[in-house]
Amino acid sequence: MRVPILKLHNYLLISVQVELDDQTALQFQEDLLSKIHKEGSTGVVIDLTSVEMIDSFIAKVLGEVVEMSNLMGAKVVLTGIQPAVAITLIDMGIKLEEVPTALDLEQGLEKLQQELEG
Amino acid sequence: MSSQSCVEVHTEWGIVSARQAGRNKAKEIGFGNVDQARITTAISELARNIYLYAEKGEICIGEVSEMGGAGVKKGLQITAKDVGPGIDNIREVMADGFTTSGGLGAGLPGVKRLMDHFDIESTSGEGTTITAIKWLR
Repeated sequence: MRVPILKLHNYLLISVQVELDDQTALQFQEDLLSKIHKEGSTGVVIDLTSVEMIDSFIAKVLGEVVEMSNLMGAKVVLTGIQPAVAITLIDMGIKLEEVPTALDLEQGLEKLQQELEG
Repeated sequence: MSSQSCVEVHTEWGIVSARQAGRNKAKEIGFGNVDQARITTAISELARNIYLYAEKGEICIGEVSEMGGAGVKKGLQITAKDVGPGIDNIREVMADGFTTSGGLGAGLPGVKRLMDHFDIESTSGEGTTITAIKWLR
């Protein structure tokens, strides 16, 4: 299973709609980085509205993909993290501190614009 | 314990099936959204540990009840059982940030915080059994 990555001008948009097993998560990491490279994208929004659970492995993969993209020169914003997911992550002691987040896709795109201009 | 169902974990897909089974059971018992996420996440961590360290084992999920002061309490019990190498130093694996797999080291201490009851039994060379319960509030 693969997570679809959409291109919008200089940005890439991802809405994670599949149940993330380990392999799908790692494949997504690789796919996103190649797509950034291929398209020369400057910003990425990963929308997690449909994700009902983030465990320590998926959190690690998401945190890493943000750092990897930053290394390549693209900014990533995570959006739409569900209340139950946020509560669970903090219960677990997992802090995605250096990861930019926004409430929804719209605000995520605004945040990207700010980060890229400022 | 009534109606217990078990999922074998020896592939990554076992991890997904175990957490789906957990979410279904949690819904059935009447847990809300947040506790469903807590239970599913706890199962995912336990199943991943089986897959990473023991290769093969099973996750059993069932409903439990207990007589309390305010009547009968209902809960969901997770039992994660493997015949893997066992854990030599339980204190170490229960510390935040301890990992031998390059993970975040949030797994077992995280499960303990997500659930209401947590019990771990492990014998070196024989395997590990972890029991965790979430009570319905």
